[in-house]
Amino acid sequence: MFAFIISRILQALPVLLSVALISFAMFAYVGDPVAIMLGQDYTQAQRDALVADLGLDKPFWVQFATFIGNAVQGEFGLSYRLSRPVADLIAERAPATLELAFTAAILALAVGVPMGVYTGLYRHSWLSRFFLTFSLIGVSLPTFLIGILLILVFAVSLGWLPSFGRGDTVRLGWWTTGFLTWSGVKALVLPAITLGLFQLTLIMRLVRAEMMEVLRTDYIKFARARGLPNRAVHFGHALKNTMVPVITIVGLQLGAIIAFAIVTETVFQWPGMGLLFIQSVGAADIPVMSAYLLLIALVFVTINLIVDLLYYAVDPRLRIGRGKGGH
Amino acid sequence: MAAAVKRFFDSDLWFSFTRSPVTVVSAIVAAVCILGAVFAPWIAPHNPFDLASLNLSDAFKPPAWTEEGAREYALGTDDQGRDVLSAIMYGARVSLLVGVSATVFATLLGVSLGLLAGYVGGALDSLLMRICDIQLTFPSILVALLVDGVVRAALPREVHAEIALFVVIFAIGISEWPKFARTVRGSTLVERNKEYVQAARVIGVSRARIMVSHVLPNVLGPVLVVATLNLGLAILSEATLSFLGVGVPPTQPSLGTLIRIGNDFLFSGEWWITIFPGIALIMMVLSVNLLGDWLRDALNPKLR
Amino acid sequence: MRKLLMAAALAVGLGAGVSEARTVRWAASGDPNTMDPHSQNVGTVTMVLQQIYDPLIQRTQELGLAPGLATRWEQVEPNRWRFWLRSGVKFHEGQAFTADDVVFSITRAQQPTSNYGIYVDTIASSVAVEPMVVDVITRVPDPILPNKIASLFIMSRSWSEQHNATRPQNTRAREEMHTTRATNGTGAFRLQTREPDVRTVMVRNNDWWGWNEPASREANITEIVYRPISSDATRIAALLSNEVDFVLDPPLQDLNRLRAAQGIRVLEGPEVRTIFLAMDVHRDRLLYSDVTDRNPLKDLRVRQALYHAIDIQAIHRTTMRGQSVVTGTFFPPQVNGYSREEDVRLPYDQARARALLAEAGYPNGFGITLDCPNNRYINDEQICQAIVAMWARIGVRAQLNAMPLAPFFAKIQREDTSIYLLGWGVPTLDALYSFQSLVRSRDGGQGNGIWNYGRYSNPRMDQLIDIMVNQSGEARNAAIREALRIYREDVPHIPLHHQMIPWAMRSTLTIPHMANNQPYFRWARMN
Repeated sequence: MFAFIISRILQALPVLLSVALISFAMFAYVGDPVAIMLGQDYTQAQRDALVADLGLDKPFWVQFATFIGNAVQGEFGLSYRLSRPVADLIAERAPATLELAFTAAILALAVGVPMGVYTGLYRHSWLSRFFLTFSLIGVSLPTFLIGILLILVFAVSLGWLPSFGRGDTVRLGWWTTGFLTWSGVKALVLPAITLGLFQLTLIMRLVRAEMMEVLRTDYIKFARARGLPNRAVHFGHALKNTMVPVITIVGLQLGAIIAFAIVTETVFQWPGMGLLFIQSVGAADIPVMSAYLLLIALVFVTINLIVDLLYYAVDPRLRIGRGKGGH
Repeated sequence: MAAAVKRFFDSDLWFSFTRSPVTVVSAIVAAVCILGAVFAPWIAPHNPFDLASLNLSDAFKPPAWTEEGAREYALGTDDQGRDVLSAIMYGARVSLLVGVSATVFATLLGVSLGLLAGYVGGALDSLLMRICDIQLTFPSILVALLVDGVVRAALPREVHAEIALFVVIFAIGISEWPKFARTVRGSTLVERNKEYVQAARVIGVSRARIMVSHVLPNVLGPVLVVATLNLGLAILSEATLSFLGVGVPPTQPSLGTLIRIGNDFLFSGEWWITIFPGIALIMMVLSVNLLGDWLRDALNPKLR
Repeated sequence: MRKLLMAAALAVGLGAGVSEARTVRWAASGDPNTMDPHSQNVGTVTMVLQQIYDPLIQRTQELGLAPGLATRWEQVEPNRWRFWLRSGVKFHEGQAFTADDVVFSITRAQQPTSNYGIYVDTIASSVAVEPMVVDVITRVPDPILPNKIASLFIMSRSWSEQHNATRPQNTRAREEMHTTRATNGTGAFRLQTREPDVRTVMVRNNDWWGWNEPASREANITEIVYRPISSDATRIAALLSNEVDFVLDPPLQDLNRLRAAQGIRVLEGPEVRTIFLAMDVHRDRLLYSDVTDRNPLKDLRVRQALYHAIDIQAIHRTTMRGQSVVTGTFFPPQVNGYSREEDVRLPYDQARARALLAEAGYPNGFGITLDCPNNRYINDEQICQAIVAMWARIGVRAQLNAMPLAPFFAKIQREDTSIYLLGWGVPTLDALYSFQSLVRSRDGGQGNGIWNYGRYSNPRMDQLIDIMVNQSGEARNAAIREALRIYREDVPHIPLHHQMIPWAMRSTLTIPHMANNQPYFRWARMN
C-alpha cells in the first residue's frame, strides 16, 4: 500500500513539473507587463530598470528555475495588476470557486442519479424519452449560452434571482461563505445550474447505461428469480452496483467542473479563481496565471491520486498487479 | 470498399436506422448543416468576406418576416451590415472544418497509439496508458486552452494569425486522443488473443500486417462511435474557445465567434445576431450527438 | 445592518441635510488596480480615489477650477505660484492638514515610481512659506499649473511616513505596500472595505469641509458600494434587475432599451476625448503593405483619399448609435484653444477619394494593415471594421489587426505600425497637451512627441508649439489657431469623433454628468 502511494506520488511529480514549465513558458512572452506597469510616459532608462528588476532580462532557464524555487515555497510574487501577493489573491477567491463547484456537483448528483435510474428502469416510458432528449440538449448547449439565457429569463425578465456576484457573504476565519445568507444562496442558484447542467446530463446517461448493464447480469436475474420485490432489486442490488463507477466519474469530473468554472464565472462575474484567471489573462498578469495553472494541476493530480487509491481499496485485483488495463 | 458498402446496407445497422424516426431526422438535419456549410461559397446569398459589398446603412436589419426586415436578408444583418444567414453558413464551415479535422487528428493519433499499446504491450503500453490516464484527468477544454496558449506564446503574432486555425485544430485534437487510444487498446487486447490472430502469427504474418489488416478492422466499430460523439464535443470546444476569445481568428469567424459578437447585442433587442448562430450550433451538435447515440446503441447488441 | 445605521442616523439626526442612510450601488467594467493616489494615472483608479482624496484645486461641474484644499492661488512671480490653504481640515485618521503635506505630496508625485509626473513636470521645488501657505517654484513660467495641480491628490506626510509609503507604490516592489489597499484622505468619503475585483465600500465623512458648499448641500449619499462587472450584458442585467443603481459605462447598444425601461434614466454628455487614425508619415517603405518600394502615406493625396472615403455619419449613426460628436480636429470644444473654424472635415466623397488615389499613382488602391485596440475606446474594433469596409470600396485593401490594450500599446510604441486608431483625452483642458504629445517632432525635449508614433514633423508646427509653451495671451492663442490650421491641411491624422459618455442610473439618483467621466458622489442625491 505504502509503496503504491509512493510510486503514484513519484509519477505525479513530472506531471506537475511539466505543467509548471508549460504555464511558465506560456506566459513568459504573452502581452507586455512592462508596458502596462509603466503607463503612458516613461523613458528607456525607466523601462530597462523595470525589466531588470522583474528579472525579465535573464535567460529563460534561470527565470524558470527561480520560478520553481519560489513556487515550492508557495511564493508567487506580487500580481502585476493588483500589486498584492498572488497567494493572498488566490486564497481570497478559492472559497467562491469551491462553493460553486461543490454546489454544482451536488446538484448534478441529486438530480442526475434519480433521472438516470428512472430512465434505466423504464426505458420506453414517455418521461424517459423526455429526460433523454433533455440530456442531449444539455450536452449540446454550450455553457456560456446556458448562462446567458438563464440570466435573460430569471434575472432580467422575471427578476427572481440575481444576475451576478456572490451576494452577501459571511466570514468564517479565512473562509468566506455564501451559504449562510439568503442573498448568498439566491446568488448561487443560476451559476450552479449553469455549471452543473453538463455534469448532470453526463451522470444521468452514465447511471442509465450502468443500470441497464447491471440489470442484465445473472445475479439480478437470480435475485428476481428468488422473488425479491422490484424495489429491493432495483435499489438494493442494481443501484448499489452502479455507484462505484459513478462516484469515480464524479470525482474525476470535479476537475472538469473547476475548469468550466472559468466560463461560468465569466458570465456571472462570480468572484472566484476562474474569473481571476481570465482577468489576469487580459492584463498579462503572469504571476497570477502561472500560480492558477499550477494550483489546478495540483488539484487534478490529487483527485487522480485519491481515485486511484479508492480503486486500490475497492478492487482487490489491483493489489495483485494490474491485470486488466483501463477501467 | 464496395463490399463494405453493400454489407452496410444489408446490415442490422441500416435496418435500425430506417426504424428510428429521430435518427432519420437528425441525419437529415446534419446533412443540411453539412451541405450548407460545405457549399456556402456557392449557395449563400451574400459573401460576408467581401468587404466592398458591405454597407453600414444596412446594419442591424431584423429578420425578413418582421416589419422592418428586408427580403434580401432572410435572418437579418449584424452590426456591420453582414447578412446573418450567410455569416452562419460560412461560420458553420469553419466550425465543421475545425471539429472534423480535430476529430480526424485525434482518431488517427489515438488509433495508432492504441493499436501499438495493445498489440506490443509491455513498457510501451504502460507508458502510453499512463499518459492517457494523466491527460484524461484534465478536462479537454483546459488542455486545449493550454496548448493554444503555449503556441500563441511561442510564435510571433503575425505568424500565429496565419496558422491560428491549425493551432485550434491541433489543440482540440491533442486534448481528445486518449479516448480513442483507450477504446482501441481494449479491443486490441481482446482481438490479439483470438484464434485467427494466433493462426496468422503461426503462419508467419508480420506484426504490422496483423495489426493493420486483422486487428484494425475489428476495432473500427467502437472507434466510429467514439468519433461521432466526439465530433459534437469538438465543435463545442471550438465554440467555447472562440467565446473566450482564444479560438479561431476573427477574420475567419466560426459559429462560436458569431455568438460572442452577437452576445453584446442580446439585451438591446437585436437578438437575431446571436440567437440564429446559437440555434445553428445547437442543431449541428444535437444532430451529430443523436446520430452518435444511435450508432452506439446499434453497434452494442447487448442494449438492443 | 443598514436598518441599524438608519435607526441610528434617525435617532441622532445627522446634520447637513442627511437624515437617513442612502447607499448607492455603483458598477463599471474595470476595477482600480491600486489605492495609491500617485501610482496609476488612469480613470479607473481616479474614479474611486477622488471620492476619498482632495486636490488643492477642485474641478467644478463644468470642469472649471474652484477652491479645494487651497482657498486661493496666485502667480506671484512668473516662476512662482502661491497657494493659501484651507484651515481646520483633518485627514480621515485624524491628522491635521498643513502646508507640509502639500510639499510632501508634490515631492511624492515627482518620484520615478509615480505615474503623475506630467502634472508636476515643470515644478522645480515647493516650500511651505507659512504653516498654511505653500509656494511652488517652476523651472519655466507655467500659466496652466493650476489646471495640472487640480489632478494631484494630497496625502498626509506623517501617515505616509508611519506606513513606509513615502514613494508611490511600485509594482517592482517585492512587498505589498500599505497604500495598495489603505487610504487616508481629506475627502467626502472614507474607504471602509476594499476587496479587489469584488467590491469597494466607501462611507460618508461627516467632517468633510465641503458639505456646506452650495453644490453639496442637497447631497445625501452615506455609502458607496462599487462593484466591477466586466461583462457588458451582465452589467446591464444588474441595473435592470435592481442590483445596482448606477452604471458608469453602459454599452451603447443597450441605451435605447435602458431609456425605455421603467425607473431608469440615461444621462448623456460629451467626453474630453477624441478618436482618430494616425498614420506613419515618416518611413520610406511602409510596413505590412503590398507596396514595398515606397510609403504611400507620405503622399498627402493618399491621406486625403483615405479621409474622403470615410462615411463618418454612418459610423456616428450605426456604430456609435448617435453617441459621438463628429469632428475635423483632434480635441473637443471644452479644451482651451478650440476653434470652430478649424473643426471642418474633408467631406465623404468616394469619387474624389478614388481620383486622389489615381493621381497619386494607385489607381487600383494598395494593401495596408490597420492596428486597432479592441477593449480601450467605445466600440473601437467595430469602428475599425467599418472603416476597413469603407476603404475596400475605394480599392484600399486593409487588413484589420485588432488586439487588446496591452499588446496594442506595446506595438504602436515600438512604432511597429503603419496606421492605427487612437483616442486622446485632455486632462489639463488645454490644447498644448495634445499638440505637444501628438504632433510635435521628437527632439528629446521632455514630453515632445511622446505619442507621435507616426513621426509627423513640420518645423513651423514645432515653432508654434514652442510659442504655446513659453508665451501667454493673444500670441499663444494665435499660435494655437495657426497650428490647428496646419493640422487640418497636413492631415497627419484622420479625425473621427469626440466620444460621448452616457451614464445610466436608477431615476431616484441625481448626479451631475461630468465630461471627465468621473462621478462625484459628493454632489449626488438619492430619493
